[in-house]
Amino acid sequence: MDRLAERAPSLAPDAMLPRIARVTRRTRELPDTWTLDLVAQDGRPLMDYAPGQFTMMYVFGVGEIPVSISGDASDAARLVQTVRAVGKVSEAVTRLASGDTLGLRGPYGTAWPVADGYGRDVVVVAGGLGLAPLRPALYALRAERKRFGKLVLLYGTRRPEDILFHRQLASWRRQLDMEIEVTVDHAGSDWRGHVGVVTKLIPRLGIDADNAMALVCGPEVMMRFAASALHDIGIPEETIHLSLERNMQCAVGLCGHCQFAGSFICKDGAVMRYDKVRRLLGLKEI
Amino acid sequence: MEGLERIVSEHRLFEGLGAEFVNLAAGCAKNVRFNAEQYLFHSEDPADWIYLIRHGRVALEVATPGRGAVQFETLGEGDIVGLTWLLPPYRWGYDARATALVRAIALDAKCLRDKCEVDHDLGYALLKRFLPVLVQRLQAMRLQLLDVYGPAR
Amino acid sequence: MNDHAASVITHEGLAGLIDGLRVEGFRVIGPRLRDQAIVYDEIESLADLPAGWTDEQEGGHYRVRRREDAALFGYNVGPHAWKRFLHPPLLRLWRAERTGDGMTVTATAEPAERYAFLAVRSCELHAIAIQDRVFLNGPYVDPHYQARREGAFIVAVNCGQAGGTCFCVSMNTGPKAEAGFDLSLTELLGDAHEFLVEVGSERGAALLATVPHVPADPKHSTLAANVIARAEGNMGRHMQSDDVRELLQANLEHPRWDDVAERCLTCGNCTMVCPTCFCTAVVDENDLAGNAAERKRRWDSCFTMDFSYIHGGSVRGSARSRYRQWMTHKLANWVDQFGTSGCVGCGRCITWCPVGIDITEEVRAIRGEGGSDGRA
Repeated sequence: MDRLAERAPSLAPDAMLPRIARVTRRTRELPDTWTLDLVAQDGRPLMDYAPGQFTMMYVFGVGEIPVSISGDASDAARLVQTVRAVGKVSEAVTRLASGDTLGLRGPYGTAWPVADGYGRDVVVVAGGLGLAPLRPALYALRAERKRFGKLVLLYGTRRPEDILFHRQLASWRRQLDMEIEVTVDHAGSDWRGHVGVVTKLIPRLGIDADNAMALVCGPEVMMRFAASALHDIGIPEETIHLSLERNMQCAVGLCGHCQFAGSFICKDGAVMRYDKVRRLLGLKEI
Repeated sequence: MEGLERIVSEHRLFEGLGAEFVNLAAGCAKNVRFNAEQYLFHSEDPADWIYLIRHGRVALEVATPGRGAVQFETLGEGDIVGLTWLLPPYRWGYDARATALVRAIALDAKCLRDKCEVDHDLGYALLKRFLPVLVQRLQAMRLQLLDVYGPAR
Repeated sequence: MNDHAASVITHEGLAGLIDGLRVEGFRVIGPRLRDQAIVYDEIESLADLPAGWTDEQEGGHYRVRRREDAALFGYNVGPHAWKRFLHPPLLRLWRAERTGDGMTVTATAEPAERYAFLAVRSCELHAIAIQDRVFLNGPYVDPHYQARREGAFIVAVNCGQAGGTCFCVSMNTGPKAEAGFDLSLTELLGDAHEFLVEVGSERGAALLATVPHVPADPKHSTLAANVIARAEGNMGRHMQSDDVRELLQANLEHPRWDDVAERCLTCGNCTMVCPTCFCTAVVDENDLAGNAAERKRRWDSCFTMDFSYIHGGSVRGSARSRYRQWMTHKLANWVDQFGTSGCVGCGRCITWCPVGIDITEEVRAIRGEGGSDGRA
């Protein structure tokens, strides 16, 4: 009968178990958007990640949400995440104070293909909060500036007071090694920058479109228009990358919620190639 | 007027337009300049001029009680300020203010309208160039209207 | 795996198998008659099996009926699938507690006992294999499924008749159980009421060795083959399945989706009874004092409004989009994700749909074939 007795199998680790992290700094970016610096409670390095990846942040007793990593991937000392308060859990995340603990899982998702831009002009198009998941890519692009051709950031948001990371953008502008154009949907009379949709800035790009790469992140409607405009000026669909978003609960491809047609945004995305998603983006309720 | 014809023909709007047409259009053109904070025109003014921006930035804005002026569009080098010249009653519906030094070619709208009435080929050639601008502005305006960056609630 | 020749056992032998499994510490789960349906629940002895019962199934219709014989396995599949044991409807994942300077998280221990599933149909063997791919073959393995699945003992049963909504033949998932079992039974209702036993694994052979059994002779084998042929020959439904993936992915705006949307109540029954549907939702709870919090996982359905919620609204708000999501996932996107169709042709979604929506009919309509309901 021994053959029927079972040895206890060695089980895979449970990807739903969070690590415990602690907030070391809390920065107010906008009235509803905060950046948190995190370290591991146990003092060990928190995680290695690639630009474009996200984590699942858990607030005790409240819930868990996906949040973009918005920091510099080469800085191993801390994990920087930017959150906008739009619901119960995100509001709780933005109210975490320095010293508070939270649960953390990750990193998840596909990364911005920064290395694909070597030898090419790179256009980064961000809309609203979309600048947060793109910031790690910008750090990476700037860290190896010489390996890329022209580097352009087009950033669109609602009003001048909604510009995210405005000090960072100003600092980058002063370096004079990349082009930064900011536009808003509307502004008061003292705004001296562009007013209009970010897609309007695309036809004026002075880049070698055939040999360019584009990274796009923002509200889905904005990404569709931007990707289309980038393609219209000659950037191949295969080198335009978007970061998509869907309801996310497990982030490990097992709960089914993040499906976008046949892709799981948590593992086949969030960063996806435009040629692979263009048709689906044009359909309603996919 | 030779210098003006060259300048007109170099503007994006007139790129590739035959010399004959450039000539006709240039006949209604003059060089203009606006300092920063100067208004090109105000809402309700007669839409007598079309401005082809060569340099600088122009903010289009509407005054809203309690909110001050709201900029809804900025135009720059290569853009056209003023599509209202095409439609009666030929009045501006908003203010246009230079937010930096602006150099532009001003086309006399009535002069151009009269020439187009006489020479329909010129009229058609110009409409073919203005219409895409109008359509692009409309499409961009739709996206702006969606207020995609607004809060989720 | 047929180094082992087939054997034949009687009721005594079958009872011995059940006892043998229980003695080894397995929780034996099998078909029982309860609440006017044949469901899967704990089995302690042969007497617990629904002897002499059968089921009558059609679109939106399920009834149990008395048979004229005493067959132990003379029915098809009911509202339960084996996923309710391998992928529990509600599961606590972990518990968190506040500590002085933060929190600790403790995982829930997995159950120590092993399951033995009795009377698993061929379509269900395929469904289990499909869920194996989902939970065990991806970049992240589900340890909760893994704990319940590894070491589970499976006694399959070959269907003696097809159900009113069955189409395993169309999906190449039956009716004969070919692999994925430790033992497989074919109920013979000839001169004697016996069971042909095929061995599928070494431990199946070991268990069989503990009960009285005789080698199968040609008469038994012929009887068994007839049983399977009968099931194969009277399938309730048919689906041309070789091109469904391309068909659906190319027809996401087909007018048929509007048609089915007018009938579908988005009740989600289909997802609950489907043996391969695996979607779950995360539930966070805490105690009143706020000192302890738990994270649980429960079955979810893509038919709910909440399922696709982001940014203050659902991506799939209309019934049309939600039905389309379920069907295109099941029959088309699943192939891209996991390498096989997600459908095993068990017919449960047809039987348990309150309005009798028939997935085989919907495929036919999208393909543009009007007319018959496709009864084979």
